[in-house]
Amino acid sequence: MQTSPVLPARGAPARSLHRFANPGRFLRISGRVLPFLSAAALVLTLAGLGAGLFLAPADWQQGDAVRIMYVHVPSAWLASFGYVALAVCSLLSLVWRHPLADLAAAEISPVGAGFTALCLATGSIWGKPMWGAWWVWDARLTSVLVLFFLYLGHVALVRAFDDPQRGYRAGAILALVGVVNLPIIKFSVDWWNTLHQPASIGLTGSPTMHFDMLWPLAVAALGYTLAFMAIVIARTRAAVLERRIHGLLMARAEAVR
Amino acid sequence: MTRKRRRLWIVLGCGLGLGSATALALTAMRDNLVFFVSPSEIAAKAPAMGRDFRLGGLVEAGSLRRSTEQGRPSSRFRVTDGTGEVSVVFTGILPDLFREGQGVVALGGMLPDGSFRASEVLAKHDETYMPPEVAEALKKSGKWNPTTGKPPAAATWNTLEPGKPVGG
Repeated sequence: MQTSPVLPARGAPARSLHRFANPGRFLRISGRVLPFLSAAALVLTLAGLGAGLFLAPADWQQGDAVRIMYVHVPSAWLASFGYVALAVCSLLSLVWRHPLADLAAAEISPVGAGFTALCLATGSIWGKPMWGAWWVWDARLTSVLVLFFLYLGHVALVRAFDDPQRGYRAGAILALVGVVNLPIIKFSVDWWNTLHQPASIGLTGSPTMHFDMLWPLAVAALGYTLAFMAIVIARTRAAVLERRIHGLLMARAEAVR
Repeated sequence: MTRKRRRLWIVLGCGLGLGSATALALTAMRDNLVFFVSPSEIAAKAPAMGRDFRLGGLVEAGSLRRSTEQGRPSSRFRVTDGTGEVSVVFTGILPDLFREGQGVVALGGMLPDGSFRASEVLAKHDETYMPPEVAEALKKSGKWNPTTGKPPAAATWNTLEPGKPVGG
C-alpha cells in the first residue's frame, strides 16, 4: 500500500518537496544544524528567563507574581505553534505520503503536550493568587485543555496500531480535525467574555506591556521556539535511526532464516 | 488529476466542511459560551430567582464598603459595565487583585431586593502590564485614575523610563 519514497519526480514542486523527504539527507543536514540550534536555544531561554526573573520590574498590581508570565506565555505560544507544525506534517503525510513527515508528526505531539502541560500548570499557579481560583471553565482555559487532550490523543493513536502506517494515517486525520481548535484558542478571549485577559501583544497597536517586561519575554519566547525545534529534530533523528536499525535487524533475521 | 492532487482536494473539502460546521455550532451556542453576564444584560432580561450564575463587570469607584460579619470579612460593592449596575454582597476573602475599578466575576444569585449575593468573587486581570513607578507616574500626572477607568493608550507609557516624570 505504501509506495516507496523514491517516487519518480513529477514537476518542480514535487521534486523540491521530495528533496527533503530523503532521510539520509535529513540526517546529514540536521546533524550539522542541531548543535548550534541547541546551544542557541539554551542560551536564549536562560537569558530570557533570567532577565524576566531578576532584571524585569514587578507589576504595579500583580507584584512579583507577574514573573510567572515569562514561563507561561512562551509555553502557551509554543503549544499553539507546535500544533501548527503537527498539522503541516500531517498534511504532508496524508496528501504527499511524505515518510519523514510521519516520523516528525509522531515526535512533535509528545513535545507539544509537554509545553501545553507547562502552560496549564503555570497558568493555574498564577490564577490562584491573582484571580482567586486554580481553574475556571472559561472559553480560553477550556480550549487549551482540549488542545492538551488532542496532543495526548495523537500520542496514543499513532502508537495504537501494529502497522505503523495505519497509526500515522489515523494520527494525521485526528491532527487535521483538531486544527479547528487553534482559531478558537486564539480568539476565545475576543469572541466571548472570559476570565482570562485578552492578548497584550498583537499585530496591530502598541503592546500594552511595558518595554522593560516585553524584551525578556521576547528573548524567552525565541529561546523556547528554538528549544522546541531542537527537541523535535533530535527526536526525529532518533526515530529515523531507530527505523534503520529495525530494518537492518529484520534483514538479518531474514538472512539467518 | 493525480492522486496527490485528489487527496489534497479531499482534505481541503473536509476542512471546509468541518470549519463551517464548527463556526455554525459556535454561533448557535454563543449564549452558553460566555463566562459571565453583565449588569446591563441583567437589567434587560432578569435572571431566574434562585438560580446561580456569574456576574461580571468593574467594581464601581467609591462603592466598596468592608465590614466584619460574625468574625468573617464581609464586603458590599457595586458592579457596573458603564450602563447598568448591580450591588453585590459577599462574605469571605477577596482575591489580591480586587480593588475599585478592577474587573471582577462573582458567582451567586439574585436576592429578592435586586442585589446579588455572591458565594465566590474572582478578580479579572486586564491586558496591561506596567512597573509600579510607571503606574505611579501616570497617576501623578493626572493621566490615569485606576479606580475610574482604563489606562491611557499603551504607546504613551510602554517605553516610559521608570522614575522619570510623564512628559507632555
